[in-house]
Amino acid sequence: MTVDDVELRALVPRVLSVLVRRGADFATAEDAVQEALVRALSAWQRALPADPTGWLITVAWRVFVDMTRSEAARRDREVRFDTEPPAGAVSSADDTLHLYFLCAHPDLTSSSAVALTLRAVGGLTTRQIARAYLVPEPTMAQRISRAKGIVSRAGVDRPGDVRTVMRVLYLVFNEGYSGDVDLAAEAIRLTRQLATLADDPEVHGLLALMLLHHARRRSRTRPDGSIVPLADQDRSQWDTRLIAEGIGIAQAALARDQLGQYQAQAAIAALHADAPRVEETDWVQIVEWYDELLRFADTPIVRLNRAVAVGEADGSPAGLAALAEVDEHVPRRDAVAAYLHERNGDLELAARLYASAARNAPNLAERDHQTRQAARLNQRLQHHR
Amino acid sequence: MAKYLLLKHYRGAPAPVNNVPMDQWKPDEVDAHIRFMRDFAGRLESSGEFIEGLALSPDGVWVRYDGEGRPPVTDGPFAETKDLIAGWMVIDVDSYERAIELAAELSAAPGAGGEPIHEWLEVRPFLAEPPTVTQ
Repeated sequence: MTVDDVELRALVPRVLSVLVRRGADFATAEDAVQEALVRALSAWQRALPADPTGWLITVAWRVFVDMTRSEAARRDREVRFDTEPPAGAVSSADDTLHLYFLCAHPDLTSSSAVALTLRAVGGLTTRQIARAYLVPEPTMAQRISRAKGIVSRAGVDRPGDVRTVMRVLYLVFNEGYSGDVDLAAEAIRLTRQLATLADDPEVHGLLALMLLHHARRRSRTRPDGSIVPLADQDRSQWDTRLIAEGIGIAQAALARDQLGQYQAQAAIAALHADAPRVEETDWVQIVEWYDELLRFADTPIVRLNRAVAVGEADGSPAGLAALAEVDEHVPRRDAVAAYLHERNGDLELAARLYASAARNAPNLAERDHQTRQAARLNQRLQHHR
Repeated sequence: MAKYLLLKHYRGAPAPVNNVPMDQWKPDEVDAHIRFMRDFAGRLESSGEFIEGLALSPDGVWVRYDGEGRPPVTDGPFAETKDLIAGWMVIDVDSYERAIELAAELSAAPGAGGEPIHEWLEVRPFLAEPPTVTQ
């Protein structure tokens, strides 16, 4: 009987929070839990223990005691911990939630909080995290070790809160490369777990948002990695099970009438996912949701996306008018301007803007996509001449 | 084995033979170029000669320290004339000849009209570790 890696990792936050509750310091306890995971992977090949969580807690505690003993011996101090764990210390949902908060501590940089969350809450190894972010393993090890130090020193009194945790999970979902770990799936798994711990409609909004985007993943890129825009995606490839789940979660959250930015974004994603054909997209309602979203997150990126929606709902001149109010320096502005000018019939300007969008593209896939768009229009213009 | 850096420039290299900006190519020529670049890296990976390849944004500034308590100086009078690197590939190959051969293959990437671009690429050897036997 073998153990599923994801099932094993799902036990990590509980195990770690039990150790911390028993008085173990966070940094050492986290190392001990990782070591217990490694031992579980080989020990459980033969037989799965009756109580996997209990097994992990016992082994992690022994590892922790050994680590503390050798550390204490080095410092020539007395051993402070018994091998047998103190009775009665069990982990509650609040303890696990507290662990999330620690890993999203406000003193941590975003990249440190992301790495620490993936390791201490997600149970990923340093090597897996390093591969996902394309940095050398020693660099990632150092980043995690420093983050643990910061949390240990500053942590317990003033941890992060559910907002900072959501921001970290959103970053995990949105950024990073696939090594042997699917970061988007990992972000969804952790957000699901968070949703059972913190009864906040925004957490449900974030989960719905992730599910709805994840549902479209297969159709977003071609096998060669090139981008397929939303309008051109093969909607039969969308995962209807994930869409149904995402819409259900979003509606239940919205019904609680405590709107926030993630719920508004989920509502927009739901309206896209709900349209069987792109022509059936309810752009008027999408613009209304962007107006709601602006109340919570008035950023140039939201305004830029709103301009696209306005262009679809009220025609490209209205979209261009909305675009005129968007900060000149926001990434992808040229791409949106090109699209709206093309729809408006100004092909020459659109071609120039697509070429400019290609020059300023933030990644290769987008650069290639915008270059193709420019080439497509320039070819049409040549035929007209 | 020796490591070499293959450098591609946005600006600063001599003009290539087939010098048409990419947005003026036909869409399928763009596709063919992108496919060539991807296949090239894939081929070097399977031959065990590829280390890494990265592309750079054309945005960039020169920066220098401007003294205690002062903000750094960015850019300078040469912003428009500076050499502008577009990206690189690091390879680990048996010989200088092999590095040149691979750079030439890369320079033959198809461009406008499906014809090779004949782009100038810079090949730079890395300084190596000192060898064990020195006499």
